[in-house]
Amino acid sequence: MSSPSSSTLKTLVVATLLCIVCATLVSSISVSLKEAQLINKKLDKQRNILLCAGELTAEEVKDKENVKKAFAKIQPQIVDLQYGYVVDMANLQSDTTQQVLKDNLQNLETQLKAADEDTKKKLQQDIDALNTYIDQMKGIKAYMKVDEEGNLLSGTYNQVKASKDKALSIDVQDNKGSSIKTRAKFALVYLVENDDKKVSKIILPVRSYGLWSTMLGFLALDVDTTTIKGFAYYEHGETPGLGGEVDNKNWKGQWPGKKAFDSEWNPAIHVIKGKVDPKGKDAEYKIDGLSGATITSDGVSTSLEYWLSQSGFGLFLENIREKGFQ
Amino acid sequence: MSNENSVKNVLFGPVFDRNPIALQILGICSALAVTTKLQTSFTMCGAVIFVLAFSNASVSLIRHHIPSSIRIIVQMTIIASLVIIADQFLKAYMYDVSKELSVFVGLIITNCIVMGRAEAYAMKNNVTMSFIDGIGNGLGYSLILIIVAAFREFFGSGSLMGHSMMTLSTDGGWYVANGLMLLPPSAFFLIGLFIWALRSWKTDQVEAE
Amino acid sequence: MEYYINLFIMSAFVENMALAFFLGMCTFLAVSKKVDTAIGLGFAVIIVQAITIPVNNLLYQYILKEGALTWAGLPEADLSYLGLISYIGVIAAMVQILEMTLDKYFPKLYNALGIFLPLITVNCAILGGSLFMVQRDYNFTESVVYGFGSGFGWALAIAALAAIREKMKYSDVPVGLRGLGITFIVVGLMSIVFMAFSGIKLS
Repeated sequence: MSSPSSSTLKTLVVATLLCIVCATLVSSISVSLKEAQLINKKLDKQRNILLCAGELTAEEVKDKENVKKAFAKIQPQIVDLQYGYVVDMANLQSDTTQQVLKDNLQNLETQLKAADEDTKKKLQQDIDALNTYIDQMKGIKAYMKVDEEGNLLSGTYNQVKASKDKALSIDVQDNKGSSIKTRAKFALVYLVENDDKKVSKIILPVRSYGLWSTMLGFLALDVDTTTIKGFAYYEHGETPGLGGEVDNKNWKGQWPGKKAFDSEWNPAIHVIKGKVDPKGKDAEYKIDGLSGATITSDGVSTSLEYWLSQSGFGLFLENIREKGFQ
Repeated sequence: MSNENSVKNVLFGPVFDRNPIALQILGICSALAVTTKLQTSFTMCGAVIFVLAFSNASVSLIRHHIPSSIRIIVQMTIIASLVIIADQFLKAYMYDVSKELSVFVGLIITNCIVMGRAEAYAMKNNVTMSFIDGIGNGLGYSLILIIVAAFREFFGSGSLMGHSMMTLSTDGGWYVANGLMLLPPSAFFLIGLFIWALRSWKTDQVEAE
Repeated sequence: MEYYINLFIMSAFVENMALAFFLGMCTFLAVSKKVDTAIGLGFAVIIVQAITIPVNNLLYQYILKEGALTWAGLPEADLSYLGLISYIGVIAAMVQILEMTLDKYFPKLYNALGIFLPLITVNCAILGGSLFMVQRDYNFTESVVYGFGSGFGWALAIAALAAIREKMKYSDVPVGLRGLGITFIVVGLMSIVFMAFSGIKLS
């Protein structure tokens, strides 16, 4: 039945027509569905946060309205982990702040010219630090999205990607074999506000390595910075039935009420081997082990120890304890 | 086969008599990794049936105008466009499922069934029959996928379509989940056994030594 | 360096294309009756995989990715939905170019691999490799290592399966299970064996 049609002209015409038809079809469908896809993506992220933090139950997040309402009380904030402070991105990127930074730099450079040997060293260090800081502020923009008016949206900061950028990340020193290699200098945390506009929960992102996958999750803490309100992973590739049991609702259910820090403010929460004796010593720092998944359990413990230590969110939490929220 | 072109034969033949997976070893690639849950399998089947039916129909529609020298790339372009459309729809309306299907929706492009049917059937038959042939082959593919998924979800997680059927021991119930069922090897065993069952029933499909 | 060796091991063994992700199954089962042909196809897959994944990586990084067209003055453009069609196009073109190059400069190699090259275009392992590369956001070096590793893993798996099938001729298989049925079960067992590699991590 097929007709012998192989003249060059016809081949070209058919190819061109086909391309045009397919391109129009695919592009128009993709463009018209884009909106819905973006909403889905955003909703998915918000759901994860609300679920991990224990704000909503698995049933409740199915309703879009619930998610919207619950998330309205949550503020995304970027934290500079080195100093433990919330960074006001909008302000930092503003022209005035940029100008102040520039002036400071110039000021230091003029001082440098007139300074003697000893102060020179110190001044040079200050200049370097300031320069790195300015560079970081420029660099971090690449990992965030802007709204229509050009303001940076803190909530869109991608810290997992930033942790691969040399300029915006540091090596993790106390790597115990089951943790991560680098972490971003800036972290995206979420502050949950209650009805009186006071912060009632702090949600910290936790990234770790389990048996064979990077695990991403959130740890929700009370404002006392030690009582755990919820903990869960939203993305991991652990073996179903073994390490994958981190998704088990009974296991996740143990976390609320436990303490993250001991009385000396050292990270204390950890996953043990076997079951926790509720009346035993230090039960408030212990979580049941995942049977058959020692490496995953250890990964959870070491990563929490790291993220709660001074190299992780330790300073940030300490600042909250001492100075409250600014 | 005298009535080769009757609608019934074209539609249901591929389900048992000429099952693309069991007999022709076509299209297994993308199929198995998504069979740990029934819901993802159903979505995958829907996507494959859609792509298969419409690619067959469109190839058949322009079959007299496709120059043979660029035949393959023309078919590929049509298939790829349809897969992108399916993928975009899933992302927009069934985000959770599409996340679990990850790259496997895209892999429908290289699913040999789609290419195979376009080349073997749609190039020679009219639009309606090609469309039906696409649906038939899609159903044959779906049959195996859904049987495998049902087994894997039932024994692996004690549930069907996400509804708990047997209470798991980890939730305080009696059923100790068979972890192997959730791992890749179980899919191979299940298909192997399925082929065995099918060939014991339809003995003419047994391969010669 | 350590990181790249690790990635290689991961992609070749732990996340074996054929045995862990079921990719490239059609050819995997169809062309694994003889060890010689299986090894030939394996090599062809390694070569194609090692070329197409990095090329697709460049395509993704500089053209398709959201914001990738900034250099052309289009920072808003997001062409990632065109990914599928572009990757398959690149794969088809690359295979064609490879075929012609081999024919011209390495006729010996062409004779050995030639018949398998066209088959590779529709091998899901190749497209799957590119899609995984995009999903995991590999950079260029990572994509080279990943392409090589995943191709190697696939080649290893098909060579091993072919060797087993050659020996299986001498065994007494139940009638209904002969051929395809028993092959599936063997592949399942091999897949379990490969799971023993899980958790391997250098460093």
